[in-house]
Amino acid sequence: MRISHWRKMAVMATAAALVLTACGEGEQAESTAGGDTIKVGILHSLSGTMAISEVTVKNSELMAIEEINAAGGLLGKKIEPVVEDGASDWPTFAEKARKLIKRDEVATVFGGWTSASRKAMLPVFEAEKALLWYPVQYEGLESSPYIYYTGATTNQQIIPGLDYLKDQGKKKIFLVGSDYVFPRTANKIIKAYAAANGMEVVGEEYTPLGHTEYGTLVNKVMSAGPDAVFNTLNGDSNVAFFKQFKAAGGTAEKLPVLSVSIAEEEVGGIGVENVAGHPVAWNYYQTTDTPENKAFVEAYKAKYGADKVTSDPMEAGYNAVHLWAESVKKAGTTEVEAVKKASAGVELKLPEGLVTIDGENQHVHKTARIGVIQPDGLIKEVWSSEEPIKPDPYLKSYPWAQGLS
Amino acid sequence: MSALTRGRALLTGRYRGHVLFASVALLLLAIAPAALDPFRLGLLAKYLCFAIAALGIGLAWGQGGMMTLGQGVFFGLGGYSMGMYLKLNDAGAEGLPDFMVWSGVEELPALWEPFRSPFFALAMVVVLPVAVASVLGLLVFRQRVRGAYFAILSQALAAAFVIWLVGQQGLTGGTNGLTNFYDVFGMDPEDESAQRAFYFTVVAVLGALYLLARQLVRSRFGRLLVAIRDGEDRVRFLGYNPATVKTVTFAVSAAMAGIAGALYVPVVGIISPALLGVVPSIELLVAVAIGGRFSLAGAVLGGVLMNWAHTSLSENWPEGWTYLQGGLFILVIMLAPKGIAGLARQAGDLLARRRSAGAPAAPPAPVKEEVAV
Repeated sequence: MRISHWRKMAVMATAAALVLTACGEGEQAESTAGGDTIKVGILHSLSGTMAISEVTVKNSELMAIEEINAAGGLLGKKIEPVVEDGASDWPTFAEKARKLIKRDEVATVFGGWTSASRKAMLPVFEAEKALLWYPVQYEGLESSPYIYYTGATTNQQIIPGLDYLKDQGKKKIFLVGSDYVFPRTANKIIKAYAAANGMEVVGEEYTPLGHTEYGTLVNKVMSAGPDAVFNTLNGDSNVAFFKQFKAAGGTAEKLPVLSVSIAEEEVGGIGVENVAGHPVAWNYYQTTDTPENKAFVEAYKAKYGADKVTSDPMEAGYNAVHLWAESVKKAGTTEVEAVKKASAGVELKLPEGLVTIDGENQHVHKTARIGVIQPDGLIKEVWSSEEPIKPDPYLKSYPWAQGLS
Repeated sequence: MSALTRGRALLTGRYRGHVLFASVALLLLAIAPAALDPFRLGLLAKYLCFAIAALGIGLAWGQGGMMTLGQGVFFGLGGYSMGMYLKLNDAGAEGLPDFMVWSGVEELPALWEPFRSPFFALAMVVVLPVAVASVLGLLVFRQRVRGAYFAILSQALAAAFVIWLVGQQGLTGGTNGLTNFYDVFGMDPEDESAQRAFYFTVVAVLGALYLLARQLVRSRFGRLLVAIRDGEDRVRFLGYNPATVKTVTFAVSAAMAGIAGALYVPVVGIISPALLGVVPSIELLVAVAIGGRFSLAGAVLGGVLMNWAHTSLSENWPEGWTYLQGGLFILVIMLAPKGIAGLARQAGDLLARRRSAGAPAAPPAPVKEEVAV
């Protein structure tokens, strides 16, 4: 029996691929030796279900690094990003975080989107005493000494959202969310807020991530007769929810749906005709009127395409890079403990306005903004907290929230 | 004659299996720990965990013909048993695991209570997968459900298990799973010496389970199993009960997946539904196909290679590695349907025939080719 021609080719092709891989590794090892750059890790999902959102954050972080390099670098050195794929898989995030810290010896890592990915990375960063900058709004109740949170915590997004609904005279709230830690924790806070503020929660429903059948749920919402819906659905589910909500006769005038996970990037995917007029709560919109934002939006469009939009998590990722660089400048070194110490009180004018790192909990002071989705797909600000809100991840300064954590 | 000939004899003769086993053991126990840095050694430990699960699939699928697309369930049962113990151990006698606190659970659920005991938890690593596999096996194999129907059923089980885990956030940690362990049997899991200890444990367990599986395959039971794979009705007419043989094999393969899951938890530091669903279960099956499902060694090799390719391709081409990996796998399966082990065997046979050049080559025995190394 002769080994057929085809099999020989298969063996050779496989061998060639493996050699290629090995070569790639070699190259990477070489560049580690050079000491004239500062390496930083970028760890987002570039494949899998989260890729569509996380790639945009990766882009804005790379842009911030380019800006710093173009302005002469950091401590006289260029910043060199090492990009890794978290693959929408939490254990992979932990593995790649370890790789960036131990093999590439990066000065810091910018990464993550879902809470699950952050929770998976947290023990790695704490054990290795390395820094992670996490750029997405989240459910609070966490303050790791090795993580910087540049997105909103609950008192900078959810509570302002509730204050807005209360101002609008909404008394009966229906809670709709995807079934994971952020919606569940957010709703726990919302229920405590409602109890203390004379509001009533008339229903609470969860659906699995990726769920697309909302006929029954929309019926439940309609028959419960709420004044407003607080929506913590994530991803694709929003498409189905808003379509079926509209089909069942729901309108933004009669029954506004306040969302905390829909930004400019998502509006296109849901279809602007389905969400226009509904309110959202964030800290930044593409339309936010600051000179820094004008420059940010222009630079982003110039680099990635005129049809691209900018959104809150992208801006928070961009901010993270600049806040880290500023802390390094202040510390005069990239050494973790020195940077941590120097970071307290670091203050920058960024696209969303003035942002300050809180020395106590490593979150940032941010301005809360409520916006309404416009027919052109952008979001117009209708309410703002005017000045940055001090981050309070455990809601210690809110008497009604005492039983929560 | 010369040393070369003798060396060749070792590689092709009847001791081929022993030589192979000894050299792999040497590689894993002595060379790898010396040559690899702690990070790479930790990754190798992870690959070997998957290799243990792959070994179980090699047994059930390669030898027994049961195409199981739901090994993630058993991996998960083992992993969660271990994770629950570790979480309770970290929380202390009075405390609750962290995720329960933020999910609004105020009292430890009754399901968790017995997992305070490490002995109970370790027993459950094997007992739970075996119990689930036995019940499923008895129900399914007695009804003579096999082939694609069994595959679909096992896949549905994996899908349902993940939906349940995600939905019960207060009980299971939801999508986050269980993570952030500070103390694994008295060791700090992020510590390098602890990682080395985990690595050697994984290697030892893999070695022991491999020998066990090999013994099983070579026993009367193993011959019966292969016979059932190749002609279930004929075996039944001979008076054997195929359902029992298949159920036992399926349970053994489930136990291996459970043990793999339990070892994975301290090595990687997390167990989450993302590891247990339909896709990871299929990936394990693909790994076994690539390694060579008719050979136990091939299955182990596949488990390691697949995960190694995963890491190294994604490190080098973070943006397009999934296409590369997919393409590579399609190529291997298309051109080497019996996997890498099949190719290796062919190469070995070729060598053996060259050695006995002049003497008429014995025709290859088709059955022999499909019995485990």
